[in-house]
Amino acid sequence: MTTTTAVSLRDVTKNFGDVEAVRGIDLDIEPGEVVAFLGPNGAGKTTTIDMLLGLSQPTSGAVEVMGLSPRDAIARGLVSAVMQTGGLLKDLTVRETVAYVGSLFATTESVDEVLARAGITQLAGRKVGKCSGGEQQRLRFALALLPDPALLLLDEPTTGMDVEGRRAFWGEIREDASRGRTVLFATHYLEEADQYADRIILVSNGRVVADGTGSQVKALASGRTVRATWAGADVERLTALGGVDSVEVRGDTVHVHAKDTDAVARFLLGETDARDLEITARGLEEAFLNLTGVQQ
Amino acid sequence: MSTLTSTVTSPTDVTGRAVARWGGFTPTMLGIELRRMLRNRRTIIFTLVFPAAMFFAFGGQDGWDEKVGQGNVAAYILVSMALYGAAMTAAAGGAMVAVERSLGWSRTLRLTPLNPAVYILTKALVALTMGTIAVTVVNIADIIQGKPHMPVGTWIACAVLTVVCTLVFAALGVFVGYLVPGENAMQVLGPGLALMSFLGNVFIPITEGTTMWHIASLTPMFGVAEIARSSLTHELPWYAVVNAVVWLALFVGGAAWWMSRDTARV
Repeated sequence: MTTTTAVSLRDVTKNFGDVEAVRGIDLDIEPGEVVAFLGPNGAGKTTTIDMLLGLSQPTSGAVEVMGLSPRDAIARGLVSAVMQTGGLLKDLTVRETVAYVGSLFATTESVDEVLARAGITQLAGRKVGKCSGGEQQRLRFALALLPDPALLLLDEPTTGMDVEGRRAFWGEIREDASRGRTVLFATHYLEEADQYADRIILVSNGRVVADGTGSQVKALASGRTVRATWAGADVERLTALGGVDSVEVRGDTVHVHAKDTDAVARFLLGETDARDLEITARGLEEAFLNLTGVQQ
Repeated sequence: MSTLTSTVTSPTDVTGRAVARWGGFTPTMLGIELRRMLRNRRTIIFTLVFPAAMFFAFGGQDGWDEKVGQGNVAAYILVSMALYGAAMTAAAGGAMVAVERSLGWSRTLRLTPLNPAVYILTKALVALTMGTIAVTVVNIADIIQGKPHMPVGTWIACAVLTVVCTLVFAALGVFVGYLVPGENAMQVLGPGLALMSFLGNVFIPITEGTTMWHIASLTPMFGVAEIARSSLTHELPWYAVVNAVVWLALFVGGAAWWMSRDTARV
């Protein structure tokens, strides 16, 4: 009981009619971790977050937050969330919104403190409807800070923020995490996941397809691509080369994905009549698409 | 920097966490909800100014001092207009529930300890408070004018019955709030309730027994209007009670049906 797991998902599935949004996720997140939930739209990120918040029930499996059911954890102010859009009343001022939500918890941070932490003290008297998208997002962040939650869930948290706001926001989040707050954020920005998370969980089609540090996840899809013009390419010899992952032939062009592209280049130029060589690094973007199988 | 270190408890301290009392209900929340209603110019015009203006338009007509039950015609019209005003406030409050759901505010509230039933209860309290304000405003305007006349006990009984009757329209407000998405529900409810008031024997007396009267007796304002005035007129026909109960059931049923459809995607 002393080392309560922050998030525990056991074989969780969620169906909406015939659609299987989540197809069996097993997951443990320890206190103080900053975890990115990375995946394309429709991967099941938001559905999973909804279940962690008790907004929807899993079709099967068990969900626990701080060792409690999600609704219990929310009743105690242990978990809060920053949602993507909506969720605010336009006719309230920023301060009123924070005071309203804050009054609902048994114990809360002061209104002034969360306004300061979210960097919107100067907006306190403004109507929410007159705030920009980024300012509204900071207000949602302020609301999420109110109960001083042990677990903070963020669904695409920096949507609508400018570069500066984004940096300040993540600075604040890292600061929190260093004091023991667990943070789980959903994103489809690769750099954001890589830059700010200790751990990246890659989800696709309702399943976890990779789970590790940023460099581990990237290594899964490391390598470069050699493209060359080679009529009558000998696919068998290419594949036999060390470190070659795959070979594709499109007409007279051959694409070779390999870890050791130098060896492939040497072979192509030295031992065949291939020409017009091009070597490109496979970006994180492509690695991501590869792992999540979006291309197919 | 000092703001960052001022947090006392560690976020990981699970044991020291209390659950909110009263299902999350607080005076702060009720206060902000009331302030919102009073700040809304459209609500104020429809609910507070319009009914009083209607009284001055109809309450001063010929024969205002003729006897009706325990009072006079002006008192009868006063109760009717107060009912109209209170119904409008209640409907406006009800419509806000639907608007807030469409804005995702209910989702934000679901992430707090606030119990959904307490939320609805708070909204009902706001509707009743606003209804009381509307009834009081019409009454004060009419006392100043000086024409209505009825015993004080009757006066109070009518006002209380009126406020209670407005819950029918709070349910209607929720219902319409779902039918007309966005913030335009009041545009429908405003003229709609005025029409119902004409049909429901609230603004203009309809001669009993005529075809018009038979149609009127089926409309939603008719029943509650008879109930609100019963303390003055000392009449409460059975069909008026049936009318009020049936419309309440229909509106509550409709509102509940929409809400349950809606909770699936909170």
